[in-house]
Amino acid sequence: MTDMPLNSDYKDNKPEFTVSELSQALKLAVEEAFSQVRVRGEISRLTLARSGHMYLTLKDENAVLDGVCWRGTVSRLSISPEDGLEVIATGRLSTYSGRSSYQIVIEQMEVAGEGALLKLLEDRRRKLLAEGLFDEGRKQPLPYIPEVIGVVTSPTGAAIRDILNRLRERFPRRVLVWPTNVQGEGAAEQIASAIDGFNKLVSDGELLKPDLIIVARGGGSLEDLWAFNEELVVRATAASKIPIISAVGHETDVTLIDFASDRRASTPTAAAEIAVPVRAELTEKSGNMGARLLPAIQRQLDFFGKEIEGLGRAIPLPLRWVEAEVQRLDDRADRLEITKTNLFNELKALIREVSRGLVNPKQQLLYNNGKLMATARAWHRSLESVIKQKLNELDKASLILEGASYQRILESGFALVTDQSGKTVSAVDVSSGTKLGIRFFDGDIHVEVKSGIGAKMASKSSLNLKKPSRNVDKDAQGKLI
Amino acid sequence: MEKKSIPNDIKELSFEEALSELDSIVGDLEQGSNKLDDAITAYERGTLLKQHCEAKLQEAKERVEKITMDASGKIIAEPADIA
Repeated sequence: MTDMPLNSDYKDNKPEFTVSELSQALKLAVEEAFSQVRVRGEISRLTLARSGHMYLTLKDENAVLDGVCWRGTVSRLSISPEDGLEVIATGRLSTYSGRSSYQIVIEQMEVAGEGALLKLLEDRRRKLLAEGLFDEGRKQPLPYIPEVIGVVTSPTGAAIRDILNRLRERFPRRVLVWPTNVQGEGAAEQIASAIDGFNKLVSDGELLKPDLIIVARGGGSLEDLWAFNEELVVRATAASKIPIISAVGHETDVTLIDFASDRRASTPTAAAEIAVPVRAELTEKSGNMGARLLPAIQRQLDFFGKEIEGLGRAIPLPLRWVEAEVQRLDDRADRLEITKTNLFNELKALIREVSRGLVNPKQQLLYNNGKLMATARAWHRSLESVIKQKLNELDKASLILEGASYQRILESGFALVTDQSGKTVSAVDVSSGTKLGIRFFDGDIHVEVKSGIGAKMASKSSLNLKKPSRNVDKDAQGKLI
Repeated sequence: MEKKSIPNDIKELSFEEALSELDSIVGDLEQGSNKLDDAITAYERGTLLKQHCEAKLQEAKERVEKITMDASGKIIAEPADIA
């Protein structure tokens, strides 16, 4: 446009434009002057048209600027625009002649400032938390030793190398890498579809479905890691049936995938450490246990050996017990025997007692017979004694009678001559020197014969002399009885 | 020790299951609280578990592959050279 003097010749020399001409001129002027601008503003009135184009308004306190993002560009944006988000949009200005308006055609968009981004992150986190995507109950246990580890990451980044190195050191495994972008255009979509892809994989010959997934990316700015905050990545992670370790950024970097994954690793290296144990340690552990098995069973066998030995020593114990039992048994048997004997004795005594009452007829006969005999004997004895007594009396009486008879003869002056023994003598028996006894009625004297006839007519004289005395006696006796 | 073939119930055990069972078997045996028959059975099982664990640890071969698509759009794994 040329410089035009405002005061002179203004009315006369003004060129005349049609509206279209002016609009076209304006369009050219704007597009030339603002072919590449960065503008900061808050997104409002965001609409995604059916055509796939995205319309929005950027605003600040005093002004608004319409914006459009063509379909092909929308999918390549590194962030997901939303109302209220403060962004820095990069693009060119253009005019829309039909509406007498101008707008920015957005080619790239980034979140303006850490604070705004973190606010967005926090809002999104709350929303997904409320949906339950981060619930502890959703967490799956990791396999202790995974057979195949699927890794979602850039095949050219540091993360995959860190992971492979650490795996090699600890426990070499089969690794299946699903290559993706990890930042920038399409990164979130690729990551999400890689996670889905691993889950849909069917083990087929050499191709094995992983039993553990690591989603990894090295360190970077909040914006660099933004793909891992995207909803579709978080949702794919939460939906995965294969356990997932997230390892995005370094140490303190936290992205939303970390809340949805089954395990968060602070770095890709740490993810490898979580994924597999140290093989050498396990080998040692298993070897140690194997080594402990033999001494353990050996000790056990020794123990049983000693036990058996001990039991052998203890065998007298049961014998002693048996002995005690035998003794008890004996005791019982003895007592039983005693009881039996006692019982028999008692029975015998009882029988005896009872039988005493019973009289054997034979014995009774004997008894009665005995009694009869005794009575007879007694009777016999008493009769004898009576007879004896009477005989004695008779004897006495006869003696008295006898005495009395020859006494009276003596008293009448006769004397009785006897030998020394008191026997009557005859003259033939007397010779000189014969000693004789003479009984007078009042006493006896002894004499010696001076002359006797003796032996000459011994037998005749004695007989004569004696005869009368005997006759006298006989007569006396007879008279007395 | 003569190598017995590992029975299926052990083959199906994961490494940590086998190791944990082995651990408890060794512990029990060392405590000496088993019956003789049980102890011998436990010892035999322990030996097999150890073999199983070792076999699991032997399967430690690194192999890195990359997911890619063949001409027909089928997902395949091809060896990856990442160093």
